[in-house]
Amino acid sequence: MARRRGFFTGTISAGVLFFLWLPIGVLVIHSFNASRFSTAWSGFSLVWYERLLNDRAIWRSVENTLVVAGVSTLISVILGTLAGFTLYRYSTRLQRGHNSLVTLPLIIPDILMGMSLLLFFLAAGLPLGLGTIIIGHITFCVSYVAITIRARLQDFDYGVVEAAQDLGAPGWVIAYKIYLPLLLPGILAGAMLSLTLSLDDFIITFFTAGPGSSTLPVHIYSMIRHGSPPVINALSTLFLALTFVLVFGYQKFLRRKV
Amino acid sequence: MIHRGFTWRRNSDARGIRTLPSVIEKKAVEIGLTLPSFLWLLTFFLVPTVIVVLISFRASDSFGGIGAEWTLTSFYEISQQNFWPILWRTLKLSLYTTGLCLILGVPVAYHMARAEQRTQQNLMLLIIIPFWTNFLIRIYAWKVLLHPDGIIKTVLATLGLVSSEATLLYNEGAVLLVLVYTYLPFAILPLYSAAEKFDFRLLEAAEDLGGSDWTGFTRIFLPGISAGIVSAILVVFIPALGSYIIPEIVGGPDGQMLGNRIAQRVFTDRNLPQASALSSLLILAVLAPALVRFGLRTLPRRWSRGQA
Repeated sequence: MARRRGFFTGTISAGVLFFLWLPIGVLVIHSFNASRFSTAWSGFSLVWYERLLNDRAIWRSVENTLVVAGVSTLISVILGTLAGFTLYRYSTRLQRGHNSLVTLPLIIPDILMGMSLLLFFLAAGLPLGLGTIIIGHITFCVSYVAITIRARLQDFDYGVVEAAQDLGAPGWVIAYKIYLPLLLPGILAGAMLSLTLSLDDFIITFFTAGPGSSTLPVHIYSMIRHGSPPVINALSTLFLALTFVLVFGYQKFLRRKV
Repeated sequence: MIHRGFTWRRNSDARGIRTLPSVIEKKAVEIGLTLPSFLWLLTFFLVPTVIVVLISFRASDSFGGIGAEWTLTSFYEISQQNFWPILWRTLKLSLYTTGLCLILGVPVAYHMARAEQRTQQNLMLLIIIPFWTNFLIRIYAWKVLLHPDGIIKTVLATLGLVSSEATLLYNEGAVLLVLVYTYLPFAILPLYSAAEKFDFRLLEAAEDLGGSDWTGFTRIFLPGISAGIVSAILVVFIPALGSYIIPEIVGGPDGQMLGNRIAQRVFTDRNLPQASALSSLLILAVLAPALVRFGLRTLPRRWSRGQA
């Protein structure tokens, strides 16, 4: 009976994987398609890769994306680490409010956050541009960093800090010698998470971007609307190849270490 | 909340005796460490959300600005503009998406949890990697696939499953398909982490005691991973309610959802009060399940604490 069940769930799993990879496969194939229409195959070609290299607007938007992701990750890691730490460390009324402020952005859909930030920036008279995009990204990344850090602290033995205190260690030594090494993996995980979220965000950026400040996702959107996506296919094939190299390189590295 | 047992020592000196200066100093440290994130989220999350709710009770003036009086005009206006079909479609598509993600996600989670360790990791990567491609590019790839001259249509028409005039794109079905595609991994992750902790010997025990496959699955496995199911529902249903770009690209006029209506009011009509009124309703719809869940989680606890 268990075997029959295994066959059933195996079939569904295979189907789901096929479903998840189907569009990716189509995209990779079409990046090598000589035709500009993605519906017919007219021979192998690298023309879209060539176009991609010469497309100034794409590379400028890539530059914007990296600036936004870098700055907002840096700031949200600092804010998020403090938030995760204080939420773990204290259980006061202040932290209860703090906790709601940290968790609510996680359940509010992007479009609401984008809409409310846009109204806020208009009301405050802030000109829309890279600055407002960065503010938006920090606002949704902080919470993800905070919950990552808090999860990391969950199983932490507080006795270590007490021992250090009993031995007369000042606060900054405890922070540097105990909390920092303990939190470092969490900080890195939080940074990776907010980097990924920031690089891929479209909706909040779309609402808070001004003229000339489009990031890669916003640029891709305008390309989809104006119909020049083969270049985009080439770009995402390159990204995918990079991801594969990183993932498999990392796995090889891990195995060698073991 | 966590490590509550230590609180008695926190406001005390090294010998465990409470001293007034140390209490004040600790409080100052707490406030100093809390303020950066607290103020940031207060300014850029809470205040903007309150602004949206407030502006929804204003009317638009004739210059695309915001009127000065408090009124329910914006809510009245949006209810007149084909609003109910769009609200109904938004709720319906979000519910269907959640249901389909569970129906597909639970067997996958089961299968992954029963596989060998190495296979589990590889399956996880195979599920996650497609999602490192840009979100818009994946939606666009579906547009290509569903195109009248695309592969899916050709295959289905050759098999005689659809007529050659049928359109697969620009309808509710296309939106549902891409919604499921987008949110399925988010459903699989919590389902898998719950299934991984599930003790599968319980299913064997049920079998030995004469329970059918189906009984074991519905009466033991599903309740066993209920925490994962609740998380999966929340991470699919709530973002699905706020969908904007998926119906925008594959939905066409017959597949528009609440998010599209909001964006349209902001970018096309420049009617911010109406956009705010729609957003307020969406906030309400999003918070409703969260509040219910919060109530279910905390009320019994408060209750039992009250009794004890």
